[in-house]
Amino acid sequence: MALDQSFIGRTYPPTAPYQVGREKIREFAKAIGATDPLHHDPEAARAAGYSDVVATPTFPVVITMAASRQIVDDPELGVDYTRVVHGDQRFAYKRPVVAGDELVSVNTVEEILSRGGHDFLTIRTDVSTSAGEPVVSVWSKLVVRGEG
Amino acid sequence: MEELPTQTYRVTRADLVRYAGASGDFNVIHWSERLATKVGLPGVIAHGMLTMALAGRAVTTWAGSADAVVDFNVRFSRPVPVPDDDEGTEIEFRGVVKGETEDGLTQIDITATCHGEKVLSQARAIVRRHHA
Repeated sequence: MALDQSFIGRTYPPTAPYQVGREKIREFAKAIGATDPLHHDPEAARAAGYSDVVATPTFPVVITMAASRQIVDDPELGVDYTRVVHGDQRFAYKRPVVAGDELVSVNTVEEILSRGGHDFLTIRTDVSTSAGEPVVSVWSKLVVRGEG
Repeated sequence: MEELPTQTYRVTRADLVRYAGASGDFNVIHWSERLATKVGLPGVIAHGMLTMALAGRAVTTWAGSADAVVDFNVRFSRPVPVPDDDEGTEIEFRGVVKGETEDGLTQIDITATCHGEKVLSQARAIVRRHHA
């Protein structure tokens, strides 16, 4: 069944703050083989003008994928997650994520398209510090495959 | 158009386990052959976001700094099957500099292939490039 178009533009309440840890940044960088000292060594990060180690470009997904369950799991919207395939992903940065950041996510249903029996759901997650400084906006397009 | 040096990264099942833990994405299709084939996949596949993360690693390597990425966009066009052996599979990343944006940033178009098949499409990064 097609997703309810009236959800387009709906913004959800901010998620609980996520505390970005130095070891989590290191763990994520290590998992993808990113060896640049900026991700691992606070001294190197400080020399580059940051307060602590800097996350790799796709690190925010750790926060936003969990945050976007707010929409995906919304029983009123009714997404069948077993039929979901990841379509597109985009990150637009104001500045990189740094250890010590306390980040809050605000999810918005940006687009719902129905084509060829499938639904295309675009979620935008605006990530900012708990003090209100914008850090990164993250778009995830999910394809909800139709039945049959 | 400037072609950037190709980056090739190997992905094994161990890498998928490590990425699952680091990212918090524990979808069974990334570790269970039985459940992956049950939903019609060729077998265990890499996380799309792992492929994107590796593309990001290639981009920061090309740009010459780990904090270079300003905007980064991909479309997942094909899954990356990862066999249960020590070799795993290789993903090859090619980059082409498309030019500069109005605000002096550099656009890099990325091609990601696995066994000659495109696994990402419309992959593009806007970076702040450090000039040597």
